Amino acid sequence: MAKSLGPVKRKFAPWTDPAATPFIRFENITKKYGNFTAVSNLSLDIYEREFFSLLGPSGCGKTTLMRMLAGFEEPTEGRILLQGQDISGVPPYRRPTNMMFQSYALFPHMTVEKNIAFGLEQDRLSKGEIEARVQEMLKLVKLEEFARRKPGQLSGGQRQRVALARSLAKRPKVLLLDEPLGALDRKLREETQFELMDIQHTLGLTFLIVTHDQEEAMTVSDRIAVMDKGVIVQVATPAEIYEAPNSRYVADFIGDINIMEATVVSAGSGNGSPGAVSLDCDGLAVAVAADQECPASAGDRVAFAIRPEKVRISLDQPADTSVNAAYGEVWDIGYLGDFSVFLVSFADGRIIRAAQANVSRLVDRPITFGDMVWLTWPRDAGLVLTR
Amino acid sequence: MKSSRFDPVILTLGFAFLYIPIIILVIYSFNASRLVTVWGGFSLQWYSAMWSNEGLMDAAWVTARVAILSATIGTVLGTMAALSLVRYARFPGKTLFSGMIYAPLVMPEVITGLSLLLLFVALNVDRGFWTVTIAHTTFSMCYVAIVVQSRLLTFDRSLEEAAQDLGCPPVKTFFRITLPLIMPAVVAGWMLAFTLSLDDLVIASFTTGPGATTLPIKIYSQVRLGVTPEINAICTILIGLVTIGVIAASITSKRAELRRIRDEHVALRGAA
Repeated sequence: MAKSLGPVKRKFAPWTDPAATPFIRFENITKKYGNFTAVSNLSLDIYEREFFSLLGPSGCGKTTLMRMLAGFEEPTEGRILLQGQDISGVPPYRRPTNMMFQSYALFPHMTVEKNIAFGLEQDRLSKGEIEARVQEMLKLVKLEEFARRKPGQLSGGQRQRVALARSLAKRPKVLLLDEPLGALDRKLREETQFELMDIQHTLGLTFLIVTHDQEEAMTVSDRIAVMDKGVIVQVATPAEIYEAPNSRYVADFIGDINIMEATVVSAGSGNGSPGAVSLDCDGLAVAVAADQECPASAGDRVAFAIRPEKVRISLDQPADTSVNAAYGEVWDIGYLGDFSVFLVSFADGRIIRAAQANVSRLVDRPITFGDMVWLTWPRDAGLVLTR
Repeated sequence: MKSSRFDPVILTLGFAFLYIPIIILVIYSFNASRLVTVWGGFSLQWYSAMWSNEGLMDAAWVTARVAILSATIGTVLGTMAALSLVRYARFPGKTLFSGMIYAPLVMPEVITGLSLLLLFVALNVDRGFWTVTIAHTTFSMCYVAIVVQSRLLTFDRSLEEAAQDLGCPPVKTFFRITLPLIMPAVVAGWMLAFTLSLDDLVIASFTTGPGATTLPIKIYSQVRLGVTPEINAICTILIGLVTIGVIAASITSKRAELRRIRDEHVALRGAA
């Protein structure tokens, strides 16, 4: 089926503009359940038309945060501002937010049409208006032929679309999506991710999505907040989160990464770039170049981290083996189709993973189990993690 | 396990033990003879005699009104009790209250009846139609609360949250979403309460007064003077009503089940 792609997306980064006012602002939010602190002194700004993800493992407080915005929970401390207005104490049925529930929460005794119309009826819109809006929503999610069916007569994917249509019907200022694609199979999930982005872009709404699936968050979001135990560890764009995680937690949570304990030998602008650092990874000399100054100083214990796809693997010895070069044995190979991942073990038992894109179908001399190989990486490929 | 020839015999004996008394009662309601134990040919005369027995008909009418009224009030109160027990979680003494709802079920009826009688005497209320109705409401409420409670425990609360999220205030949410979905349990509770009220003898005899004789009381007092075939006739009608009720209820639930299966088929086809 031919599909129109819509206008080319423009660069969108209101969070870099100091004059921009946030659309949603969480101000020092704390939520306690008895002795358990679900969210702890959290502050966060989200901008209009942003597609924002709250990402973290279950129990990290992301759903609680979303439910506080929807009005199902009240913060123990702090306040939530929506367009500058404090919405504390406003019941959920008077908030201009709509939510798509993880379980979809479709009303089983109503048809698809009635489900979508439910929110509009609460606004006392005229019959014709409701009818028109329902048709528009059905068309948006491509379910026109299913209008008269009950939720029990729909497949999982169709139910998900009804839930989306119902939560969009009222044109909420903010749409909250709680693990919206969790119940779908992989292929459908990927398709739906792009549809969600498309809908968000077309309608110009602000989307806040809660997910534990890092791939999903990376695909759809303008920015991601990585959460752990009730606090936000890092808020950044998907690329920044991936390429410049601020901690071991974020680095490890997003994607695959090699992390090695290291001692700082020297830090500072001695080596040309402002963030140049020399490390000793227990015998392995590593040099890192970065455009940001490294907060660590000589003697500090830090972690050196590098993504597998940034490690080059070769049977040939590189010209310079004094730094950023390691020699080891291929211990295991994971063939993923597009990539092969090599697990290379060193004399001291450490393992570094190196991923190589399978650019050619046939290789003269493929690297195989037991081969002695050289791993090398450029200075700007690795990271120094101080926490 | 291999089925033995003995199994059908045991089955027959068991069912005979259960149903022979009832069958005898039904057969003798068509007896032409006045003597309960002597068969004198087929006749419907006791059914017509029953209609003209004003005492019996009055009692039946009182019973019907008490049952409908107490079942209805009990259903409203019981549903409310179930909602608060399931929903407004973690108030002090919740476990105690949840347990206390079962108490009237295990309490000997004599004690329930006596305590209600003492209450009415203490309040100096004239005993009659309303006191029986109130007494029946107290126990029917418990049964309804238990039936509705078990339905509410499996009720997906996100449905109510979704309704509120879409702008529906709580009370309206209850009537548009919650009530329609728990309706089968509410109806089942009502029917249970209705039947229990219909056949209650002990509590009714404690709490009734002149002019409000219920059918079980009437039957019991007449039987003490000797069983008349009229009693058999009215009992047969009662059995018939209960049987129809049970069959209707099971057909309804069977239909719902069939519809669910059909829906699933449609969903699978739609997904393919």
